[in-house]
Amino acid sequence: MTPNLTVSPSFPTERISDWYIFNTWLQRALGLPIHLELYDSFGAQRAAIAEGKVDMIYANPFDASLLVREKGFRAVVQPEGQPDEMLIIAAAEGPASAITALRPGTRLACSDDPCVNTVGRILLEPANLDPSNTIEHRRETYIQVAREVLRGEADIGFLPVDAFNALSSLVRRDLQVLVTSQLHVIHHVFLVGPALHERADEITTLLASMHESEKGRRILEALGARHWEPVQREDVEFMIDIISTLTQ
Amino acid sequence: MKDMEPAQVSGKTSEHVLTYADGSRRRVFVTLVETPYPHGKLIVSRTDPLGIITQCNPSFVDMSGYTEAEIIGQPHCILRHPDMPAAAFRDLWDTVKAGRQWNGYVKNLRKDGGYYWVYATVVPNIRDGQIVGFTSVRREPSREKVIAAEAHYRSLNGS
Repeated sequence: MTPNLTVSPSFPTERISDWYIFNTWLQRALGLPIHLELYDSFGAQRAAIAEGKVDMIYANPFDASLLVREKGFRAVVQPEGQPDEMLIIAAAEGPASAITALRPGTRLACSDDPCVNTVGRILLEPANLDPSNTIEHRRETYIQVAREVLRGEADIGFLPVDAFNALSSLVRRDLQVLVTSQLHVIHHVFLVGPALHERADEITTLLASMHESEKGRRILEALGARHWEPVQREDVEFMIDIISTLTQ
Repeated sequence: MKDMEPAQVSGKTSEHVLTYADGSRRRVFVTLVETPYPHGKLIVSRTDPLGIITQCNPSFVDMSGYTEAEIIGQPHCILRHPDMPAAAFRDLWDTVKAGRQWNGYVKNLRKDGGYYWVYATVVPNIRDGQIVGFTSVRREPSREKVIAAEAHYRSLNGS
């Protein structure tokens, strides 16, 4: 059986080819054929997980907690020093200037990224805004979220910090950031499923030393990381506890 | 837990003696100075099963006014403000020791005698069926919710 690898759809689209290069490196390093399947939405990826079609995944913190607690996945490494943060944008010339100035009826554009949306909702709580008194526009991509805010079709938008930074300077100039999350404690992790548990230690060692070769370092840089660091089980359990406080 | 020293607190203060669930007492000095909750931040801490702080993030340190070295190893009730009714904390501990999650609005006491409001969630850390500690995450509350909580706690305190 060829194991399947997938990546949380939250990564910038220009990194698609870099993930294929990463997969080629991983296959060679492990001596194992691996099929990389990239899904264009969180819903499609979750359906694949539910059908048992995922054996390895670079997952956002919310999906990681589901995979560890309910699917028996094991977190092996995380990118060093890269907590997941998000921000809430508004049009630079728009009426919204602060979160607490937002009123019921606020139109918000967002993707289907569960991590970004959960944290974004928390950051709206100081304005007493929740799903019952806001109008949510779900969009396929982060670019579409930004575009909707720029066109005035939404008052605010939820974006991961990476996606905002990947926007062109022209687009960013016409946007303002109302708030940026500073959670510091949740991050993407690389997980292996039960079918690969017996190779989990080997995969951890391989990925944790990936930056030591010139080629490995170049691949990591292309993916926006410096190196992988091993994850202890308790680190992941702590992150899951934190996520459970955010999702109630 | 050591009493607060008047020298730690500046400005107009009032003195209180808090009695904790274990019967221990602490003298505190409080001011009316509120530190606004910083937008976008989450305050995170963990305790052992007895409520002793074992881990915290930089936001916790910033808002408490203590250094990390001062706060690690202290009971979490070092942050208890005299305006908080004992019944609220009783409910918190009863809930999390039963393995459930607790949410509520909390007025916390800073090292300098000032205060800050949070919306707190506390979850038990359950490993292999055992509670090995508690994780608390605090986020920014709305002013309306703080005003309502203040009124509720005043009524519970009978003032």
